[in-house]
Amino acid sequence: MNYTRILTCIFIMAFVTYIIRMLPLAIFKKKINNRFVKSFLAYVPYSVLAAMTFPEILYSTANLYSACIGLAAALFLAYHGRGLLTVALGSAGAVFVAEQILHVIV
Amino acid sequence: MQQNETLTFQKGLKDGLPICLGYISVSFAFGMMATQGGLPVWVALLISMTNLTSAGQFAGTQLILTGGLYIEIAVTTFVINIRYMLMSLSLSQKVDEAMTSLQRFVLSFGVTDEVFAVAMQQKGNINARYFSGLIAAPYAGWTLGTFLGAAATGLLPGSVRTALGIAIYGMFIAIIIPPAKKAKPIAKVILLSIVLSCIFKWAPYLNRISSGWVIIVCAVIASAYAALRYPVHEAEVQE
Repeated sequence: MNYTRILTCIFIMAFVTYIIRMLPLAIFKKKINNRFVKSFLAYVPYSVLAAMTFPEILYSTANLYSACIGLAAALFLAYHGRGLLTVALGSAGAVFVAEQILHVIV
Repeated sequence: MQQNETLTFQKGLKDGLPICLGYISVSFAFGMMATQGGLPVWVALLISMTNLTSAGQFAGTQLILTGGLYIEIAVTTFVINIRYMLMSLSLSQKVDEAMTSLQRFVLSFGVTDEVFAVAMQQKGNINARYFSGLIAAPYAGWTLGTFLGAAATGLLPGSVRTALGIAIYGMFIAIIIPPAKKAKPIAKVILLSIVLSCIFKWAPYLNRISSGWVIIVCAVIASAYAALRYPVHEAEVQE
């Protein structure tokens, strides 16, 4: 494991995150009035998380079938307003069960 | 504006406690994901203690594990966390004018979605004492949860660990689906971003572009489209 690379990566992450949080609070006195910029920033978290999740989620388990089961479970739980940990562990649980069943069948 | 005398450090701690409890469970998932990906416990802890952000550090850690370039990590972290700029900007109008630059430098580290939400709910201006109390408990919870999650992974059998590979994505789905149900533009942003991301993953030539850049391109296109097509009102921005 290359710790120099890992530590550099962590430093970059921490530095960028801190600068983003610090600069406006420390410097800006005026509010942003540009509606496009405001709207763009409001949508960013959703587009980023969506692009990170799909289609990668399909490759996140032992095979495509169990991943689809896990995805379905996550969508179902999230749609019904369950919390982050419930959805995360619920989808993992569905994958686990699906993989055990596939293991027996195949 | 006048100073609010009731906003003590203790009041901040008390208001931060629910956030703290919520963070323990989320960072537990992060700790599991990090060590399951092969990182030692202390690295997972270091990431949580220096970043204090859910989606940003999840994505960054993912890039560490998949061999992302430094520039990809920097830009991805920037794009995912750019929303904090808006929050810090709103907070800069909300905090006490007496707050010193040093206090601003220190306290801005603790601006998260939830801390921002609670802070903005307070009436009047916020002082440094209240703000530090509000950050203290979530920070402790975030650290503790990461440690517990990271330590627990080593004890799990392989079949459980492959199943946990999906957990992070499940968490992301849990974050984006409920708002998408309530607001159609958000649902459209998500769909557009997914379609673009799938094209980059499966289309010839395009699939050679590394995942860090793909996330940025998809997010910028989808968000810009939605911002033009469905500009948001003042109140909606400060979620």
